[in-house]
Amino acid sequence: MTAAPILETTDLRKYFPITKGLAFSRVRGWIKAVDGVNFDISPGETFSLVGESGCGKTTTARIILRLEPPTSGAVRFRGQDIYALSGEELKAYRSSVQAVFQDPWSSMNPRMRIGPMVAEPLKYSSTMSPGDMKSRVAELLEQVGLEPAQANLYPHEFSGGQRQRIAVARALALKPSLVVLDEPVSALDVSIRAQIMNLLKDLQGQYGLSYLLIAHHLATVRYMSHRIAVMYVGKIVEMAETEELFSRPVHPYTQALISAALPARPGVERAEIILRGTVPSPVDLPPGCRFHPRCPQAHVRCSQGEPELREVSPGHYVCCDHC
Amino acid sequence: MAVGTQVWGKAKVRMRGGLATVRRAPRLPLAIALGFVLVAVFGDLLAPHSPFEAIVSARLQPPFWMDKGSLGHPLGLDTVGRDVLSRIILGARVSLAAAVASILLGGGVGVALGLVSGYYRGWVDALVMRITDGMLSLPLLLLALLFAVALGPSFTNLIFVLALVMWARFARLVRGEVLSWREKDFVALARVAGAPPLAIMWRHLFPNILNSLVVLATLQVGWVIIVEASLSFLGAGIPPPTPSWGSMVAEGRSYANTAWWISVFPGIAIVLVVMSLNLLGDWLRDTLDPRQRQA
Repeated sequence: MTAAPILETTDLRKYFPITKGLAFSRVRGWIKAVDGVNFDISPGETFSLVGESGCGKTTTARIILRLEPPTSGAVRFRGQDIYALSGEELKAYRSSVQAVFQDPWSSMNPRMRIGPMVAEPLKYSSTMSPGDMKSRVAELLEQVGLEPAQANLYPHEFSGGQRQRIAVARALALKPSLVVLDEPVSALDVSIRAQIMNLLKDLQGQYGLSYLLIAHHLATVRYMSHRIAVMYVGKIVEMAETEELFSRPVHPYTQALISAALPARPGVERAEIILRGTVPSPVDLPPGCRFHPRCPQAHVRCSQGEPELREVSPGHYVCCDHC
Repeated sequence: MAVGTQVWGKAKVRMRGGLATVRRAPRLPLAIALGFVLVAVFGDLLAPHSPFEAIVSARLQPPFWMDKGSLGHPLGLDTVGRDVLSRIILGARVSLAAAVASILLGGGVGVALGLVSGYYRGWVDALVMRITDGMLSLPLLLLALLFAVALGPSFTNLIFVLALVMWARFARLVRGEVLSWREKDFVALARVAGAPPLAIMWRHLFPNILNSLVVLATLQVGWVIIVEASLSFLGAGIPPPTPSWGSMVAEGRSYANTAWWISVFPGIAIVLVVMSLNLLGDWLRDTLDPRQRQA
């Protein structure tokens, strides 16, 4: 690899307890939302997590944002465990890692004007004076294609696309080095999506930002990312550079996922791989490889022993012992 | 078609904001509530007599339209010869002061506890909510009476007692609202921005529950007036000779057959004001409900 990674996760796990009973509840089982996830992100890179809903992408993002402590494993930012930070170091982490979320309605306080909202990270994680904050907000709004005068408006006075621009402006306020983009365009109209994606790419070129992109839409991911990891029920099943993954998918799940996406030109003949059955519950995982009950290439041995990620070609990792 | 136009028209009126909304309030309750506040504030200018001045020789004088009544004392005189109208006017001040002070105190405590327990959850939440359940399952009027008797009748004690039995309603309401608002992405983003918990509660959660608080506070004013009147009626509220609607009803009780006006007029004042405030509260709740606003 090139430079030292900016962010690194090691064997990240998040299990949510399922409890029963009201007063003296006892744990009946665990939802294994994230079950041993390893990846790293380099400076200036867009790293994507793709997968179906419920596969643990968003939980991974929340752990990285320090919103949800992991059950085990660690997230290291520039070599430091982020859950061991406090005081000034925590403040520094907060100002280096920001986020844009999916829902442009839920991610804005309906009672707060745009100006203070964009300035919020500056207020709590920088030492900027109120006057400087105002001019920084104006600068940020211009950068994402809005008028500085719009800082006095309330969120309901904007469209979904404009709201996502505002969210991007806010995430950039502190000049972070990593921005977590959790489905940043999936709530938007197709015509607006391209605008936001281009805005994000431009800003990345301008500031050398790293992105952790969470998405389920393959075209978005392909357009935006340098490297991609495919997740299936809490685990990464395949990880490779974008073109490598799309042209030579190795894992049967990745192959099925890519074959299910619509081609850019209609009418193109393609073989679609239809998977049997449904996604297993993250409470009761099948033994062995968690994909084997649905795998078109499953061997008997797949139900014994869980496979680990292994490198099949430089930078291309697959979690399957038989492909 | 006609229905569609009507709905659109309604939406337009709502969007015009504050003043237009107030104009749509139910007229009579709004007028009575405003009148009550004005009378409470400017009572000493409006009252024709001192509420303490007793004309013993003319005691139990009836209202002006009855035999022996006079326009000098339009609602008659009470058992010791004090002007009933003036006492009702100055009683309004006691009622309003008790309502405002106890709601600020009890509401403040309840809001703070509700925010903390809804935001932090865990054992704090469990503790606060079990105490709240306990408070709400007790007959509050009896509890207030118990405290009032134990502490002795005085205005300060009354405020304290009212706040004590009221905070739980605010805590319960605020906690419930916080539970839904805290899951919004903007709260997570505020944490990512480095905002401390107090800032999140004050800047993000509190402004969003203000609507419900206004509604509850309005409804509580009516409730406080009733409780204050009940406690004063039972002799555990405002100590005499300070005029209070509750104690006035109590004083006239034994004369109900011969001098009904002593009890009936303050009784009518209680009913009118409490009913108006409840109607206004209901209207506010319907108007501020976001689900109704979207329609």
